[in-house]
Amino acid sequence: MANTAINIAGVEFKNPVMTASGTFGSGMEYGEFVDLSNLGAVVTKGVANVAWPGNPTPRVAEVYGGMLNAIGLQNPGVDVFIERDIPFLKQFDTKIIVNVCGKSVEDYLEVVEKLSETEVDMLEINISCPNVKEGAIAFGQCADSVFDITKKIKNVSKKPIIMKLSPNVTDITEIAIAAEAAGSDALSMINTITGMKIDINRRTFALANKTGGMSGPAIKPIAVRMVYQCANKVKIPIIGMGGISCAEDAIEFMMAGATAVACGAMNFVNPYLTQEVVTGIEDYLRRNKIDDIHEIIGCVK
Amino acid sequence: MKRKVAGQVVINEEIAPDIYSMWIETDLAMDAKAGQFVGVFPANQSTLLPRPISICEIDKSRSQLRLVYRVVGKGTGELSHFKPGRRVMLLGVLGNGYPLDKAEGKHAVLMAGGIGVPPILQLAKDLSGRDSAPIAKDVTIIVGYRDCNTFLKEELEQYGRVIIATDDGSVGTHGNVIDAMKENGIQPEIIYACGPMPMLRAIKTYSEEAAIDAYISLEERMACGVGACLGCVCKTKDIDKHSHVNNARICTDGPVFEAKEVMI
Repeated sequence: MANTAINIAGVEFKNPVMTASGTFGSGMEYGEFVDLSNLGAVVTKGVANVAWPGNPTPRVAEVYGGMLNAIGLQNPGVDVFIERDIPFLKQFDTKIIVNVCGKSVEDYLEVVEKLSETEVDMLEINISCPNVKEGAIAFGQCADSVFDITKKIKNVSKKPIIMKLSPNVTDITEIAIAAEAAGSDALSMINTITGMKIDINRRTFALANKTGGMSGPAIKPIAVRMVYQCANKVKIPIIGMGGISCAEDAIEFMMAGATAVACGAMNFVNPYLTQEVVTGIEDYLRRNKIDDIHEIIGCVK
Repeated sequence: MKRKVAGQVVINEEIAPDIYSMWIETDLAMDAKAGQFVGVFPANQSTLLPRPISICEIDKSRSQLRLVYRVVGKGTGELSHFKPGRRVMLLGVLGNGYPLDKAEGKHAVLMAGGIGVPPILQLAKDLSGRDSAPIAKDVTIIVGYRDCNTFLKEELEQYGRVIIATDDGSVGTHGNVIDAMKENGIQPEIIYACGPMPMLRAIKTYSEEAAIDAYISLEERMACGVGACLGCVCKTKDIDKHSHVNNARICTDGPVFEAKEVMI
């Protein structure tokens, strides 16, 4: 069988298939559908220093070829997460990547310091959530602030870090370059694209938060383009995501330059998706007589 | 075990304006309980998410589920055109269902309104003991409709006394289900309910004042249906087990909640 193992910042993943933060909880819910040990990594829902209640409902709305969400990063806080979710995930033969969110630099640093003392493999730093008023995307939309927060997190983190980038910027490559320059070990892209839906019967916004992050197959071409642009500007590995609904989509991202991929909103449509993407990539490699997955990473120039 | 499976449409017919009744052959029927729901996937790939639809009836001997749904948009509009024999993708079985044992030896009053009426049918069947030993001492069913399109009324009458309330006064009590209950001197010992939020709020208030147990089924926009996305939350009195922030997940902690536990 072809080699599907990949390495990001010294962490060895058995395959390049991960879960996109916020679509997979901490794996408990989808553990009923897929064997988490077959995945490269589980990337968890965002975790803050304290519990966050999230936004009012409605928090989700369907749009053509995708959905909007404005969950607002509801989470139990890092202490509950360390006590409950990490031991759960440690039962499986998969890597653990924890998504970290915060309203201030201090919030992020507190979570990063606490998670540094645990058995998780990497930290994904969420500076791109469009649905919370303070923090999150505010850090991710300007190259200087991305450089600054990346540097500060890198100084305290004992785990490799992945900065998760927002597509809601003029030039995502500037952000990617800033994150790399500040020492980020890898990049995740893309977070959701800010959107809006009006409920014409209620004559108001479909989401209580008015705007939400758009995900799903409709955003995939934008995500592939951004991965391609950034892969040509930075040397650090990229985890590509945005509307992946099958192995062919995942392979597109890898050919555009992503070392790994994450399945997001389409888990809601196909709860077996992650497993099917793993198998589908293996099939593609076999059919095309490719011995090593690295042959397709960034093969499109 | 939750799973996504293919079922087969047996019947799909309009039983009132925009209200459809669909029997689907699926092995999910073997796991289903009153008050649970399934996610039904439209085939059109522009509408991707499963439509959460409550289970109206369960026929384990034929391995069939009955869904009675209202056409409200593109997804349910497409479902309404599904012909017998057609494959339909389902995610299920989802949610907790009604706690039947709470009605043991009691006068159970089932209250429902509009498209909240369907799940009450299987509940009435179970509590009245039509297919098994009776659970409740008595079953009274109070259902509210907009107008004279009192769908499922005749079927409900097989399982208990049925009282009707309508918004326009065309049938039964002119008013809501609480008005109909009072007008008919009904004294519940336990309430089970499903329906629009104003109705559920009124039932919560009534049950708290009268110190009667009430179990209400809630609805919210949802995406995953399995508790992962945190889209469909409801404020709760106590901290929730998932995020510890007084936000229960309607899809997995519910949809049925004890009325006094939720802040609606």
